[in-house]
Amino acid sequence: MATGLRPPRHRVSRRAIWYWTARAAFGWLALAAIQVIWLLLAREGAGWHLTALVVTALLAAAHLVVMPQWRYRVHRWEATPEALYTQSGWFNQERRIAPISRIQTVDSERGPLEQIFGLANVTVTTASAAGPLRIHGLDDDTAQRLVDDLTTSAQAMRGDAT
Amino acid sequence: MTANPSRAGTADTEATPPGAGTQGWRRLNVRMLLIYPIQELPRALPALFGLVVAGSGRGNGQAWSLVGIAIVVGLGATRWLTTTYRITPDQIQVRRGLLRRRVLTVPRDRVRTVDVTAHALHRLLGLARVIAGTGQSDREGDAGVRLDGLTAAEAAGLREELLHHRAGPGAPAAPTATAPAGPGSPAAPAAPTATAPAVVEVELTHLRPAWIRYGPFTLSGVVTLGLLAGFLSQIVNEAHVDPARFGLLRDLMDQLAEAALWLAILEVVVAVMVVVAAASTIGYVLAFWRFRLTRHSGGTLHVTRGLVTVRATTIEERRLRGIEVSEPLLLRAVGGARCIAIATGLRVGRGAERGGTLLLPPAPRSEALRVAAAVMRRREPVTAPLRAHGPAARRRRYTRALPVCAVAVAAAAALWWWAGLPAWVWLGSLALLPCGALAAADRYRSLGHAVVDGDLVSAAGSLVRRRHVLDCEGIIGWNLRQSFFQRRSGLVTLTATTAAGRQAYHVADVAAPEALRVAGEALPGLLAPFLATQAP
Repeated sequence: MATGLRPPRHRVSRRAIWYWTARAAFGWLALAAIQVIWLLLAREGAGWHLTALVVTALLAAAHLVVMPQWRYRVHRWEATPEALYTQSGWFNQERRIAPISRIQTVDSERGPLEQIFGLANVTVTTASAAGPLRIHGLDDDTAQRLVDDLTTSAQAMRGDAT
Repeated sequence: MTANPSRAGTADTEATPPGAGTQGWRRLNVRMLLIYPIQELPRALPALFGLVVAGSGRGNGQAWSLVGIAIVVGLGATRWLTTTYRITPDQIQVRRGLLRRRVLTVPRDRVRTVDVTAHALHRLLGLARVIAGTGQSDREGDAGVRLDGLTAAEAAGLREELLHHRAGPGAPAAPTATAPAGPGSPAAPAAPTATAPAVVEVELTHLRPAWIRYGPFTLSGVVTLGLLAGFLSQIVNEAHVDPARFGLLRDLMDQLAEAALWLAILEVVVAVMVVVAAASTIGYVLAFWRFRLTRHSGGTLHVTRGLVTVRATTIEERRLRGIEVSEPLLLRAVGGARCIAIATGLRVGRGAERGGTLLLPPAPRSEALRVAAAVMRRREPVTAPLRAHGPAARRRRYTRALPVCAVAVAAAAALWWWAGLPAWVWLGSLALLPCGALAAADRYRSLGHAVVDGDLVSAAGSLVRRRHVLDCEGIIGWNLRQSFFQRRSGLVTLTATTAAGRQAYHVADVAAPEALRVAGEALPGLLAPFLATQAP
């Protein structure tokens, strides 16, 4: 009897670490900017404001160091002729498995930030609204190949995939 | 880029489709001309009001209101004149619009449900509205084809045409179940059921008047009461009416002000409970009077119900992927339950009717189980005992419930200490702790799962305990989710994704090896290549 589910075979691109760092940094910068404005508007007693800013900076530093590395260790994917298997998350993790025969759409997308790092993400949807499989941080070529593979194998199967 | 290997659905074109001549196009019933103005009225009301106000300034308000009425009637007539539909062997087409002509084309084999509704006004005129649902689960708000205004016989015939593929287009088929006579309503005329020889209609259940006792426990009246309260308070605010001016209300308020606090609270609570119970019961009767669930030999399930607004929903059985038996806490306390269909392309909606998926209104639990078994054609999955999730899952129920309660108590205590909140608030909030523990215990008791007869069965919930029976063939993928704390305690939430019903059915907090066993048993082979022992 099998002892457990092994992780999917392939890691995503190493550049994804920088992509996740940059994406998270933008969020923290926005928060810090609000706090700085708040600090500048304060009339007297900036102590609280400064403390809040320092706490934010510490949290941001911890998050930016830990999260991308952790994510990179977790995010994996694998496509076999029968099924697509993904693993994602960091603090909370999720594994998703969908049979190729149930695939309805294959989308690949490159956001502005992803383009800077030469990355793409692939989203595979099934007839269920609950189960899109997303693979973030693939390099362009891999994403393109995966989309082609999945589209070909999905077209080989018939039925309305429900 | 988007690759779209297998999807077809409704096409909404603005051009006239090839070959769409005048032949075969039918118009809605002429009597709709009486209904349209009334339907348009709420939308036209602000404009009408403006017209009348503007007109009355010049002293000929009556003339202006006549113009307004003419416009509303004209709009209705335009709608009637511009809406035509036809049913070809392959598709249903609806043309509408005056300036922007639209043709909605739906392939007939995509029609999954047919919903025939007759509001009070429709019934007076012998009309009905037909909605043929294509059930595109990825596009919400797309109700499919809507034909408002066929005669009751035409509507029933159309349903036969669409779902049983029997009668040819144009020929109204046997008006089955246009006026079903439940034994609960002896006054109703007996319906001419199944005049065509091939169709046999088997009754699975019908409403017994005794079930109305579950009405007060559905709490559907809370919404009604809320709406009513909002409406009244708005009137009071807008019109600057002082409620204290009404004698009865003033006496009531005086009495409440003089009574002791606990008595006043008690009175208000009892009054609200009585009103909610009454409203819920009325709502139950309005929605489910003459409820009847039948199975047609043509392969459909058929639900009819309603006192004033009559609704008949037909669900194709081959779309049925399972059933949900749900017991809200209050209903569970009095031994009631209800059934909801899990069918592809049919989302579970809100409200008492659950978006047309309801198969049994609140009824005795034994009846709910019987109906569920009858619909599924197998009893085992509905009644089989479920596997418990073990001590780790039980601990997790408590570690999730109690800290929340503790934080609430701490917050109340802190407010008492620093902000001078009365002491009884935080002392009272101590009661949250045993309540939380009780809820946790109950939530654990509800938790269970099994794979029985090719169905994945899962149960969970305390406020609403639900048991889902999902045909394994309807499962189109697995999600295995582990939070940080779940990983530490070796638990996993296994989610079966599906195109039917709620789209995802969870087996929460199950031990990781057991989750794999369940997934393997439900869909053999899918997980096999990814199991650790088979890895190189």
